Amino acid sequence: MSPSSVKAIAEPRGAPRRGWHRFANPGRFLRAASKVQPWLTAFGVVLTAVGLIWGLFFAPADWQQGDAVRIMYIHVPAAWLASAGYLMLALCSAASLVWRHPLADLAAAEIGPIGAVFTALCLATGSLWGKPMWGAWWVWDARLTSVLVLFFLYLGHITLVRAFDDPTRGYRAGAILALLGVVNLPIIKFSVDWWNTLHQPATISLTGAPSMYIGMLWPLAFSAVGYACVFAALALAGTRAAVMERRIRALLLAEAARAEDSAPGAADALETQVPA
Amino acid sequence: MTHLPFIAASYALAVLVPAAFGLNAYQRLRRARRRLAALSGHGHKARSAGNP
Repeated sequence: MSPSSVKAIAEPRGAPRRGWHRFANPGRFLRAASKVQPWLTAFGVVLTAVGLIWGLFFAPADWQQGDAVRIMYIHVPAAWLASAGYLMLALCSAASLVWRHPLADLAAAEIGPIGAVFTALCLATGSLWGKPMWGAWWVWDARLTSVLVLFFLYLGHITLVRAFDDPTRGYRAGAILALLGVVNLPIIKFSVDWWNTLHQPATISLTGAPSMYIGMLWPLAFSAVGYACVFAALALAGTRAAVMERRIRALLLAEAARAEDSAPGAADALETQVPA
Repeated sequence: MTHLPFIAASYALAVLVPAAFGLNAYQRLRRARRRLAALSGHGHKARSAGNP
């Protein structure tokens, strides 16, 4: 970590920023996030529980798929969040490259593992649905393959961000990978239209009426909004922890520097406490 | 219920994986908060001791 980034986290300075930029101040972010996160967590848990219980016990079975359609209440929100999470990761990466906000770096590093988990959940539940419906755990279908690529992009970002001794270099490399990987998002979205795939086309679109029975649509909506709140709450909690960990590192480094000034050699003991 | 093992496995993953992540985030936050509080107190004492 460069001394300037330590200072930016430990002692945010400069004129107050307007709009969304003011949340780039770590202190202000911590205060805002500590108020929002408990509500997001509560909403997320309640809405997800309602959606999943409704989908599992009260929604009707599909006339063709039978009860296996209940996997949709997990699979579809996980798929949406896998793509939406990557978009958030790319936006944080753009903010990091353009405005050099240290907070954007930390947020991107925290979104990566959560997005990867939701992508893995999407792939796993897709397999669990595919085996009884298609007779195969996996097929090299355009939609499935592009989501697998998304999973690898997440893994690449997670690895790259943590691969350098200087975290700033890791954040830069991860941001570039995240922005390059955005090209995969429209491929995922339109793969079912561009290629003749085994995966069914979208049943819900922003422009048209959903081609789904309303008794199935409601639990799906609850589950999707609930999981989105859970995703956001996890990202906020992770970013809060990351900001605090950087403050800890900055404090330990400052303390080590003070100890070195007063008694040369005494700082070695303190430096062993500084987290990587 | 048809295809019960597949559905049960999906729902178990859907609950356990985010819950494990949430628990990990909560523990990480608590640890960071506690360590930061301890360090801030320690730094304050050190500065006070240095500047009586």
